[in-house]
Amino acid sequence: MTELEDEVVRRQRERARIMAWLLGGFVVLLFFITIAKTGINW
Amino acid sequence: MPAIEMSNPAALPADWRDILALTKPRVMSLVVFSGLCGLLAAPELPPLVLGFTAILCIALGAGACGALNQWYEVEVDASMRRTAKRPLPAGRMDRDTALQFGVGLGVFSVLLMGLATSWLAAALLAISILFYVLVYTVWLKPRTPQNIVIGGAAGAFPPLIGWVAATGHIAALPLLLFLIIFLWTPPHFWALSLFVRSDYAAAGIPMLPVVAGPQSTRRQIFIYSLAMAAAAVAPWPLGLAGPIYGLCSAILSFVFLVLAARVAANQAPDPALMGPEKHLFAYSVFYLFALFTVLVADRWLA
Repeated sequence: MTELEDEVVRRQRERARIMAWLLGGFVVLLFFITIAKTGINW
Repeated sequence: MPAIEMSNPAALPADWRDILALTKPRVMSLVVFSGLCGLLAAPELPPLVLGFTAILCIALGAGACGALNQWYEVEVDASMRRTAKRPLPAGRMDRDTALQFGVGLGVFSVLLMGLATSWLAAALLAISILFYVLVYTVWLKPRTPQNIVIGGAAGAFPPLIGWVAATGHIAALPLLLFLIIFLWTPPHFWALSLFVRSDYAAAGIPMLPVVAGPQSTRRQIFIYSLAMAAAAVAPWPLGLAGPIYGLCSAILSFVFLVLAARVAANQAPDPALMGPEKHLFAYSVFYLFALFTVLVADRWLA
């Protein structure tokens, strides 16, 4: 691979990893929003 | 479309740090803080997760504004020293990425706000984003020296949105908070634009110091500071805040007025001699943080 291709792959991996964390966080947030909106007490 | 050449090969996807920089994180911090204070000053608090989501949505909305502002102003940013190193004018990102990111973030923040808190809060968030992008950035900023005065309304929305997210309705105190930020914005930005006047002139932005000159701007700074100080103290005599807020807001506003008076008395045309302007700009940021902190402290200690 050329240096440019290496850099493209590195950036794509970084962005994919951050996107995965954000999506995971969003799912967790939606879960807790649902719990709060339905008024369920733990 | 502006003819900005990318120094970065087009094949390279934008670095995530540059995408983050599009949201103007430093500006976002003041927006988030004022939104949080609006929420905490409300008489009733939502569940923790809904309050967190409301503040998150305000932050994302502010980020969308930053991204769309930079997408639209790429040529202006390229011509100003202060902004030339931003991702778009520096050629580290293509404009379409910024546009898609800004629109996506804005739509997401409004929908999430509506689903999590109230659709009135979501509507206010949508109005603030559209006002900042369309009314301020696209319409007023390149056309009139009053751009900051009217456009400042966009930055005044967060405490109102925070309050509405908590209570579901609009009340007198958050409207006063809106008014305080609205009146605070001109002295804050004009103080900055006085000592970076050549930048704005080079970019063709008709900021007040460029169009009306430094002395007229300095007078206007003082006049707006007087109105802002009156609005800042008003919650106390109106019975919307207690004596802790009343006393602290009076002291903070008095110092602001003293610094604004020093600016009004300054005759220096050279940015190197604009110490009073730099002091006022720095203090104005502290002032807003302190004023809103005291408001929340007053509400919680009362």
